[in-house]
Amino acid sequence: MMNIFHKQFFLFDPLSLFFLLVIFIISLPSAVYSFGYLKGEYSSAKITLTWFLLSAFVLSMAFVVTVGNCLVFLVFWEIMSLVSYFLVVFDSTHEKSIKAGMIYIVMTHIGTAFLIAAFLVMYKYANSFDFFAIKNACQVMPAQTKNIVFLLLLIGFGTKAGIVPLHIWLPYAHPQAPSHISSIMSGVMIKTAIYGIIRFVIFILGINSSWWGVLVLILAVITCLVGIIYSLMERDIKRLLAYSSVENIGIVLLGVGLAMFFISVNLPYLAVFSLIAGLYHLINHAIFKGLLFLCAGSVYKATGTRDIEKLGGLIKKMPQTSAYFLLGAMAISALPPLNGFVSEWLTLQAFFLGVFNVTGGTRLFLGICAAMLALTSGLAAACFVRAFGITFLGKPRSHYAEGAKEVALSMKIGMSFLSFLIIIFGLAAVKIMKLLAKVAGGAIGLDTGAMSFSLNSFVLSPQAGKDIYLSTPLLLLMLTLLGTAGFCIYMLFGRKRVITYRTWDCGYYKLDSRNEYTATAFSKPFRIAFSFFLMPYRRTQKIRESFYHVKSFTYETHTTLIFKKYIYDPAIALVFRLAGSMKRIQPGSIHLYLGYIFVTLLLLIIFMHRF
Amino acid sequence: MIKIMIAILQLVLFIAAAPILSGLISKIKNNIRLRKGQSILQPYYNLAKLFFKGEVVSETASWIFRVTPIVVLSSTLTAAALIPVFISSSPMHQAGDFLVLVFIFALGRFFMALSALDTGSFFGGMGSSREMFISSLVEPALCMVIFSISLQFGSTDISAFNGIYAVSVSSIVAAIALFLITIAETSRIPVDNQETHLELTMIHEAMVLEYSGRSLAFIEMASYIKQMIFFFLIAQIVFPIALPVFNSLIQLASWILWYLARIIIIAISVVLVEVSVAKMRLFRVADFLGFAFVLGIIAVICAMLGV
Repeated sequence: MMNIFHKQFFLFDPLSLFFLLVIFIISLPSAVYSFGYLKGEYSSAKITLTWFLLSAFVLSMAFVVTVGNCLVFLVFWEIMSLVSYFLVVFDSTHEKSIKAGMIYIVMTHIGTAFLIAAFLVMYKYANSFDFFAIKNACQVMPAQTKNIVFLLLLIGFGTKAGIVPLHIWLPYAHPQAPSHISSIMSGVMIKTAIYGIIRFVIFILGINSSWWGVLVLILAVITCLVGIIYSLMERDIKRLLAYSSVENIGIVLLGVGLAMFFISVNLPYLAVFSLIAGLYHLINHAIFKGLLFLCAGSVYKATGTRDIEKLGGLIKKMPQTSAYFLLGAMAISALPPLNGFVSEWLTLQAFFLGVFNVTGGTRLFLGICAAMLALTSGLAAACFVRAFGITFLGKPRSHYAEGAKEVALSMKIGMSFLSFLIIIFGLAAVKIMKLLAKVAGGAIGLDTGAMSFSLNSFVLSPQAGKDIYLSTPLLLLMLTLLGTAGFCIYMLFGRKRVITYRTWDCGYYKLDSRNEYTATAFSKPFRIAFSFFLMPYRRTQKIRESFYHVKSFTYETHTTLIFKKYIYDPAIALVFRLAGSMKRIQPGSIHLYLGYIFVTLLLLIIFMHRF
Repeated sequence: MIKIMIAILQLVLFIAAAPILSGLISKIKNNIRLRKGQSILQPYYNLAKLFFKGEVVSETASWIFRVTPIVVLSSTLTAAALIPVFISSSPMHQAGDFLVLVFIFALGRFFMALSALDTGSFFGGMGSSREMFISSLVEPALCMVIFSISLQFGSTDISAFNGIYAVSVSSIVAAIALFLITIAETSRIPVDNQETHLELTMIHEAMVLEYSGRSLAFIEMASYIKQMIFFFLIAQIVFPIALPVFNSLIQLASWILWYLARIIIIAISVVLVEVSVAKMRLFRVADFLGFAFVLGIIAVICAMLGV
């Protein structure tokens, strides 16, 4: 164990630096935002505590992505998990927080256990915890062992990333933390798991066979679809965003899995391209999800509720917050010319390039993956139309929304910074891809100087030969030019007056917020279309005064969380049953315990004597 | 410079010619139903009427409601400028490829759906929810169609559908899939019905219910153009046509005639579907588009097999 601090302690290659950038680019505006957010929400002692925890959290993440030694990595990984646990249970007066924290800490430790197992197997071959020593040792590792290590790593990091079905903690834990922490957790912390997968599987372990990539792709597609379908059903705005993080991790993993697949079939340039797409979506998701969580926090701060059914009409009360949320929603729905569009286009393009270059049935598999990505992006657009439309548009649905006021300046600064980044990362796609090419090339071990995709000053074309172009600035230019022309035509040429009047109400004259379409109604078609998976059920209850008069009627509609019901609940029940049967040998009688000690002693003596 | 000129010419043509297609469809439809029907120029009269009328804006509405017509129109026009109509390569092909078309339409639709929620009207919410439902199912099918065509062409460049001049099994299957998608995207029977305002069935009409006057004219125009783009795509896939040869005037004239005739053939097929099928329940649309998706997959397999 003397060689823990042997060799490099830190590793500052492009991959680490990229993740450092992701961490700090989100943490900075979140920290600024927290000035306004925490004020009035918590006591001053607690505010001091959050600052301490926030710094520890950010620092531990920074160490996680920069250390060059497995053991030290694990230490900081644990610190990150524990500090984030304290942040999840920060509102410890709520019972929900305690429960969320419990689920989180159990799941994260299951993940860590798998990581420890993986690292120990690697240590056995390398006799060192140093990344490069292990990397060298992995070249002589037998294929079977490599497969096991890969699966251990995938489960270990997959738990943190929120890959379905290991996502169970994410929608509980992320919403419970204070909003600026949610934004860091969803924006950055789950990305450290992607760092882990890239670092340990692609960089250190090396891709063994093509089923690794295929497995990751299948998991990624499932993660995408499950995440977004649950997100569509959710009415708590922060949980909605948390589920959408599950979806986006799926999209990132599509890029990463595709890269793994391309490495195994010896198409290194395409691997670099796919990894660029994945990393691009990673930083984009960090930015817009960070922003959306901050906006959700502002809404919560201004109204005191996270239930979107109780909100509405906030666009007039909180014009700036709603503009930021709209921008984030547009980016996450992959609308041109914003950043989410660029990375989803790149991911789709990576799939297409794959189909052009591989042979056999895999082509169809890649094609269907691409189509599922398209479905995901369509559902994401629906999800965020719903989230923005119900929260910010229409009439206020309750007194919570009626009393809303625009938030403090520091919060607006935090949000505007991230909004600015959304636009920059959309328009400067070429520059960013050039930088990401270095990161991805470094991770895969390929010199990207001779990459076959050409990038000139303002368009990017991923394929040599028959060029394909995408230029967000040009698209923006076209949209604005045509939009301006349209606006001029609208304003000029004998324009008649515009009257403001009631919304058409079929002559009802009493249209109020109760007549509005609700979030639950909005997601109804999806609930029915995906009922094989969601298994919706109704619960009705009539409260009667007498047989003839129903005093009140409650109607609830729920969806079945199948992963919880069919995987986690039975597992938990099993643990409790085991614990229950263990209890029988522990009845609290001192005589029996003395008997145990005696028997143990006896057995030990026999054991020592015999062996 | 010449490319920009062509792009502008293309846009002008799309704006000028798109409404007539709707007029034509409604005329044929009425004739088949043994009615006299309105003039095929009726969409122009409607647009002119709306354009010079006053407007009523809901007091609940915010700026989203006001900017939506412009966003919808400009995004549709951007899509129109992207596709190559007269020349084999698109004038604006540096801006984006075939896939970008999907995302550009998504931009307009996103705002359309938001504006429907903006007025606080229940019809709007209904339309918005349904529209997003259908469009999210359209996207994978459309993706497979683009995919199969690009596979034949060798890249996803926007000129892909203009570059395969031979009709293959794959492109016919893809065209059928695209035809089903077009029916859904242009709100036609059996997915939606442009002619009724029945709260149980309307989708697109429910979203635009609060619009009036010039804003409505913009949105209507955008739908006409979108319809034209889709018809054009189908026409180019099933009846591919090479560049005109300027040997003689007759040749050029016959080229132009055939160029227009194939779009009219598509329009007539849409009419035949519309008059012969009943509108289906909303939840059956999932099956309808699922079928389009499966056809897309078949088209991809055919393209891979090279047929």
